[in-house]
Amino acid sequence: MPQPAGLLYSKEHEWVKMDGQTATIGITEYAQASLGDIVYVELPRVGATLGQFDSIGVIESVKAVSDIYTPIGGEVLEVNGDLENDPSLLNREPFGGGWLFKLKVTDDNERNNLLSPEKYDEIARD
Amino acid sequence: MLRTIGAASLDELVNVPAAVALRSPVSVAPALSESEIAATFAGFAARTTGTQFRSFLGAGAYRHYVPPIVGAIAMRGEFLTAYTPYQAEASQGYLQAIYEWQTYIALLTGLDVANASVYDGATALAEGAIMAVNATGRKALLVSSAVHPNYRAVLRTYAEGLELDIDELAYGAEGTTDFSTLEAALADQRYAAVVVQSPNFFGAIDALPAAVVAQIKATGTVVIGVVAEAMSLAALATPASWGVDICVGEGQSFGVAMAYGGPHVGFIATTAEHLRRIPGRLVGKTVDKTGANAYVLTLQAREQHIRREKATSNICTNQAHCALCATIYLAAMGKTGLRDCAAHNLARARELRSRVTALAGFDARFSGAVFNEIVVKVPGKAADVLAALRDKSILGGLDLGRFYPELSDCILMTATEMTTAADIDALATALSEVPQRAAARS
Repeated sequence: MPQPAGLLYSKEHEWVKMDGQTATIGITEYAQASLGDIVYVELPRVGATLGQFDSIGVIESVKAVSDIYTPIGGEVLEVNGDLENDPSLLNREPFGGGWLFKLKVTDDNERNNLLSPEKYDEIARD
Repeated sequence: MLRTIGAASLDELVNVPAAVALRSPVSVAPALSESEIAATFAGFAARTTGTQFRSFLGAGAYRHYVPPIVGAIAMRGEFLTAYTPYQAEASQGYLQAIYEWQTYIALLTGLDVANASVYDGATALAEGAIMAVNATGRKALLVSSAVHPNYRAVLRTYAEGLELDIDELAYGAEGTTDFSTLEAALADQRYAAVVVQSPNFFGAIDALPAAVVAQIKATGTVVIGVVAEAMSLAALATPASWGVDICVGEGQSFGVAMAYGGPHVGFIATTAEHLRRIPGRLVGKTVDKTGANAYVLTLQAREQHIRREKATSNICTNQAHCALCATIYLAAMGKTGLRDCAAHNLARARELRSRVTALAGFDARFSGAVFNEIVVKVPGKAADVLAALRDKSILGGLDLGRFYPELSDCILMTATEMTTAADIDALATALSEVPQRAAARS
């Protein structure tokens, strides 16, 4: 399945959607499928300042606990409160309702460290 | 055998240097039969007078009645095993007991969830503080100076490795925490938690007023409530009802023998919000494939053996035997029995306070309400008064000067349901002779 266009990706299987200086971040379809049933998500605090590729939270599935790395740095504007009550949203809609958090991006150049949908697709196929 | 390994003699093989070799038989008493040994040790026990002292010591370890049913059940072979009690397929009974302990602690504290127990009250405080640090991302704690000094010492030990700053709040004339400096202290939002103990180390009920709780929570700071005397939970408003987010404490009062200072049993309870940050074991209840109740360890993804270096606590165990004793004790006492027992403690402490402070030269040092401990200001040094009492086979309490130099003329005295009217009479009589003695000496 091709990766959704218009997004940037990290090797750690997160996606970023840029809208001006605001970045929305989530995990990919590949990531959710590998994790299995997700039962808990721990997100960063609103107002926290994150550096690119920092470990900033965890996703707990019935199989494992995995770190969330932010694919781009910035200040946390909003976290997806729906995930608290329904973590399985991440399994059902990883690219939609299962988004994790929004950032105000500090350094635009950081997006050069991310992958295009095509490049990420090569990783996700491996 | 010596021949096989090529040694000429046992002495050559072992080769003990002459300087340390034993030249005469070890000087020990001749062998005795089992009944003779029992009689001998009964004789030793009779020589120690500790059990014949009248005791008013408390200060974190409390003398409460332990019904024989606690020992009778806890010592059963099914429970009394060195084997790890967490394996669900082999330990349903133990897991059920731990689940019941968690339920009791949740009920007594008024909070949503309690863990399977930790080592003692002091480590429970340290672990609770770590929870608050992780919840807030802040690296400082504001701790009342009326929290048990030993608990604060353990907290400082943990804080050193975690690089946490600890600041303290003073105590006031009522023996409760002084919150006059709180607003300024909270202004820069650097504290993960405010820590208070109720009843505090002076015995005073130190539940936070609603306005103070609001002030703390408005700055995103967690309220940690410490309980060193668990019996008080049966008499006082629940910690949850006055705003505690994380309640940590000591459960020794519930059926755990004092046993020369340990082992004790710590508890941690918290709100659903902090559930994933709770350290150590948690037992959950579910059903097996036939629909019957079944107990398992749950939410283990928090723990060190799953999270590895990302785990927030190194605890992968609990104080199972002591928690079991407490569970049996609470089940045996029941809601009414426990309340009655706590009421006896209150009544005895009141009687102790009125009798002692009626004596010339002895006053209540603080004015606040208490549960079962009081602080008495004595004529002269507390240490001298306690020494005089010891001469009369009375352990009068704790010299507060050991922990608070400004209180070296104060004794922390405890009365429980074990304290008899005769004990209080004897104490009052002995104390009434103390001032004359002190005067005669000078």
